[in-house]
Amino acid sequence: MDIALGLLINVLEEGFIYGIMAIGVYITYTVLDFPDLSVDGTFPLGACVTAALITAGVNPWLACLIAFVCGGLAGCITGFLHVKLGITDLLSGILVMTGLWSVNLVITGGSSILPFYNRNTIFNAGPAALLPEAASPYRIVIFAGIVCLIVKLLLDAYLKTRSGLLLRASGNNAQYVTSLGKNPGTMKIIGLAIGNACTALAGCILAQQGESANVSSGTGMVVMALASVIIGTSLFRKVKFIKPTLSVVLGAILYKACLVIAMQLGLPTNFLKLLMAVLFTLALVSNNLLSGRRRKQHVNPTQI
Amino acid sequence: MSIQPKSDGNALVRMEHIYKTFNPHSVNEVVLFQDFNLSIAEGQFVSVVGSNGSGKTTILNLLCGSIPVDSGTITVGGRDITRLKEYQHSKFIGRVFQDPGKGTCPELTILENMALADNKGGAYNLRRGVNKKRIDAYRTQLELLKLGLEDKLNLSVGSLSGGQRQALALLICTMTPIDLLILDEHTAALDPKSSENVMQLTERIVREKKLTTLMVTHNLKFAINYGDRLVMMHRGSVVLDAASEQKSVLSTRDLTEKFNQISLEDGN
Repeated sequence: MDIALGLLINVLEEGFIYGIMAIGVYITYTVLDFPDLSVDGTFPLGACVTAALITAGVNPWLACLIAFVCGGLAGCITGFLHVKLGITDLLSGILVMTGLWSVNLVITGGSSILPFYNRNTIFNAGPAALLPEAASPYRIVIFAGIVCLIVKLLLDAYLKTRSGLLLRASGNNAQYVTSLGKNPGTMKIIGLAIGNACTALAGCILAQQGESANVSSGTGMVVMALASVIIGTSLFRKVKFIKPTLSVVLGAILYKACLVIAMQLGLPTNFLKLLMAVLFTLALVSNNLLSGRRRKQHVNPTQI
Repeated sequence: MSIQPKSDGNALVRMEHIYKTFNPHSVNEVVLFQDFNLSIAEGQFVSVVGSNGSGKTTILNLLCGSIPVDSGTITVGGRDITRLKEYQHSKFIGRVFQDPGKGTCPELTILENMALADNKGGAYNLRRGVNKKRIDAYRTQLELLKLGLEDKLNLSVGSLSGGQRQALALLICTMTPIDLLILDEHTAALDPKSSENVMQLTERIVREKKLTTLMVTHNLKFAINYGDRLVMMHRGSVVLDAASEQKSVLSTRDLTEKFNQISLEDGN
């Protein structure tokens, strides 16, 4: 029983952490319709920035904020490459992802793993220190959940503002944004900044959970985030009171649960990424089958 | 050949000495405009007809900045807009497209679409997207469409019919003050009844708001019945330009004859 509870807590911890990333990727992939691969680079960016800052003695909550901003800047570069320099969306992401590898190594001072054991993190210092001793096994799930909730609520609020409505419009019908006298390219850059900022924040929280940053922790993050988004949005589409931002977090938790169950059933760790890819494929195929029946008539834009 | 503007004094829109060649220096080169001139007086409702490839839609695309001119100048209300970007044109030009999907945002609700359009020209900042105080005003405007949309404010626009979406697009694009309204075959994708409805709505909005309007249409009947000036295009030139009295004596038959005549030249 204790093992099951431990597993559940573990699933929730990681589900909340990757859920933050899933919310970010929901903005780029679903709202903006932009397949953003730079996520593979911004996730470890957040982790490395956090490790370097916490090692230097910076407040862990401030480190979260700085990691968030760094991710946003990386997203702006992806957007700049795509919107201003006219590079395709996939290539812009790959370029930033590749470039960030070196940036991350520079931040960690050349080592691929930067540990910061026994330092202050959001899970053991500040508000976390106030938790009673009995709640100590749950501190990670509590604080990861709180950060995830804050991100979700902030984004829900943002999507209802004028800027947020314009962001949704630019992914949906760029011509409409142009008709409103606004540059849809600018909105794309803003959306990519938000998406990557959330991803870097997820990397930051994961690094604090493990008390170390790994330069190669980004591998497979695109797949994990997209799978969470697609599982979440397709499963909970019909449930009216669940907003998409919540459903992608639930998607992340479910996805993580599948991985943990497979590991418990004795799948060797080496097969983890293969399993991630297979699960994502299943999610994509079932999503296509589900939406095939109710796909809306797509009107092709007529030219000239 | 070019038609010199007749009443240049109060012209709102001026296209002067426009040159435009598509696919230059290739086998597909099409020289469309050579010293093309067109001016539209303030408050005038101009219908443009012409065969395929005559340059009607290109006029609209040039005016809206969707494609650049090779040389020449375009001014609207005295402002030179020749080199502005497309989204900068939108600040004073409203355009309704042939494709009903282009003028509205399908994933957003009617209310959100209207709120976005209502804020045109303002800042798209972190203030609440839908201003609750304006909802009644939106409802009143929707009532004018007589489509019952005023009771469906929270319905996503993607679930509306083509005619409803086009009526909404027309409303949205004239919500904030604009200098020039451009209608790009905006009834062509609709069934005959919806297209008649949208055309009547267009007439009403244009007259009420005294909008300067340029309408491209394939429907000769609409071109005759609506608007105060009719322009027929052929191979990048104006071949017929009838204003007020001249236009009122034109019949669909005259127009069809003229149309067939120029089509014959093209070997159609």
